[in-house]
Amino acid sequence: MSNVFIALQTNEESRHIVEALLEDNPTAVVDEQPAMVKINVPGSLVLRRTTVEEKMGRPFDLQEMQVNLITLSGHVDEDEDEFRLSWND
Amino acid sequence: MDMQASKKKLGLKERYQVMTRGLDWTPSYQKMEDIYPYVAYEGIKIHDWDKWEDPFRLTMDAYWKYQAEKERKLYAIIDAYAQNNGHLGVTDARYINTVKLFISGISPLEYVAHRGFTHVGRQFPGAGPRVACLMQSLDEIRHAQTQVHSISNYNKYYNGVHDFHHAHDRIWFLSVPKSFFDDAITAGPFEFMVAIGFSFEYVLTNLLFVPFVSGAAYNGDMGTMTFGFSAQSDEARHMTLGLEVIKFILEQDPDNLPIVQRWIDKWTWRGYRVLTLVAMMMDYMLPKRTMSWKEAWEVYFEENGGALFKDLARYGITMPKCAEQIALEKDHLSHQAWSTFYNYGAATNFHTWMPDEDEMAWLTAKYPESFDKHYRPRYEYWREQAAKGNRFYNKTLPMLCQTCQIPLVFTEPGDPTKICYREVDFKDEKYHFCSDHCKAIFEHEPEKYVQAWMPVHQIYQGNCFPEGTDPTVEGFDPLAAVLKYYHLEHGRDNLDFEGSEDQKNFDEWRGMATKNV
Ligand SMILES: [Fe+2]
Ligand SMILES: [Fe+2]
Repeated sequence: MSNVFIALQTNEESRHIVEALLEDNPTAVVDEQPAMVKINVPGSLVLRRTTVEEKMGRPFDLQEMQVNLITLSGHVDEDEDEFRLSWND
Repeated sequence: MDMQASKKKLGLKERYQVMTRGLDWTPSYQKMEDIYPYVAYEGIKIHDWDKWEDPFRLTMDAYWKYQAEKERKLYAIIDAYAQNNGHLGVTDARYINTVKLFISGISPLEYVAHRGFTHVGRQFPGAGPRVACLMQSLDEIRHAQTQVHSISNYNKYYNGVHDFHHAHDRIWFLSVPKSFFDDAITAGPFEFMVAIGFSFEYVLTNLLFVPFVSGAAYNGDMGTMTFGFSAQSDEARHMTLGLEVIKFILEQDPDNLPIVQRWIDKWTWRGYRVLTLVAMMMDYMLPKRTMSWKEAWEVYFEENGGALFKDLARYGITMPKCAEQIALEKDHLSHQAWSTFYNYGAATNFHTWMPDEDEMAWLTAKYPESFDKHYRPRYEYWREQAAKGNRFYNKTLPMLCQTCQIPLVFTEPGDPTKICYREVDFKDEKYHFCSDHCKAIFEHEPEKYVQAWMPVHQIYQGNCFPEGTDPTVEGFDPLAAVLKYYHLEHGRDNLDFEGSEDQKNFDEWRGMATKNV
């Protein structure tokens, strides 16, 4: 199964997003690089708004992630509750 | 009585519908083919433009909000960087040459990308891709502007960045990235989207931005790191647009497959050839390395691109054929490129140098199959010669590839001891190529590529000297005249890093920053 991935700038906001990703995706692998963090997950990945809000302690709009995003791989599907990445193989 | 606003906010999907397709209309007194004149001639068949959807479902209002936030963050850092003499915090002054390469080779492409997306966005009859192209065209002009702003700080202190746009349109090796984008924007709207949106953004852009920006961070260049990440944050949206384009075109009509496959093959190779500059930057120009070119290629192309092409197999798309040759070149590409620039270091807007002992050891470790056998001996010889005062500068102009415009310096696939030459006769003229892939691209569209502005040919034809130059006078020095035409100052902007003004100034200023004087 191919990996999907998402990479974020390392900062205080994305720290919570990474925590939420790790909680929502038990098979996720973290790859830390200078000033960025890359999360690899086999097959597909999901980020839930409610999990991020729990970690941040404030309301969060998933589109806010645009500000800290570096790159990703996989088909994107986003609505107000979930951001998903997947390969169809 | 106050008007009662409805409690229910629109969901993301509904808002996207309302703010894109909901704002579109069907023309009543003009014909569609008059409004969208370029949409049919490439042979791509589209039956239902409404099948297009942006998976991020980003609408213009949200776009402005998040872009403004990115700008605020970026400019706060640019100011702080300038106020604190951030340029003195980089690992060593050799690093700054990567910035020179970037501003003259890449930033002007951001501007052309802006123009390209404005153009194709105008040409698509569907509201969905039109909005996505509008956003990308705005992103691209933002990238050009923020890069110029960030790097202008280096221009106050270092040589070679003073006239980057003039350089981009003239300097021999900068015709490689320039002609790549010129090729794309002179194609039809669908080919442009496959070329830039898919092949460049989706398949190759990670190799440009991630190592370059991570490399900047690793080498203490906060200014570059910040504009890089700020630009890169738009990239995920661009990549997604590129992938959606491919899926959309292929799902619309089975006749589209062979056209799209040909474009993917062509543009993956074209893009890869441009990335030669990135390969040598990663392996030679970053004083502190993040990963080797070969490693980056394996992660971002072989692994990630492999997953992508496996996924697209359901449409009948296959991995571009050039991937096989690229795999053979990955042990050699950066070394052959750096050797070339070291040779032609008298005609560049940045400095070159030979790697030191530690750096050679790193190269040996990263390239066990090739470095010690093919490249170390030649570097040791050049280093020896330089120490004796014979630093070699090649003044003979090389033969260029008619398609990618790179000098014929690459070796035969599988034989790193033999230079690869290909040629084609077309209408009584001979054309030269670096590879079978560049040759095949030419053969498919010779009328386009015979028009290429080839820097070496132009110099020999006398078109690259300042106005009023008389090349027939006794003792005429063609290189000196060409450098003037490039707006480069001999001995300041070019030649070896060792002994350069940049090197001297950086040492002196850093000394002042850490000592009482
Ligand atoms: Fe860009
Ligand atoms: Fe070529």
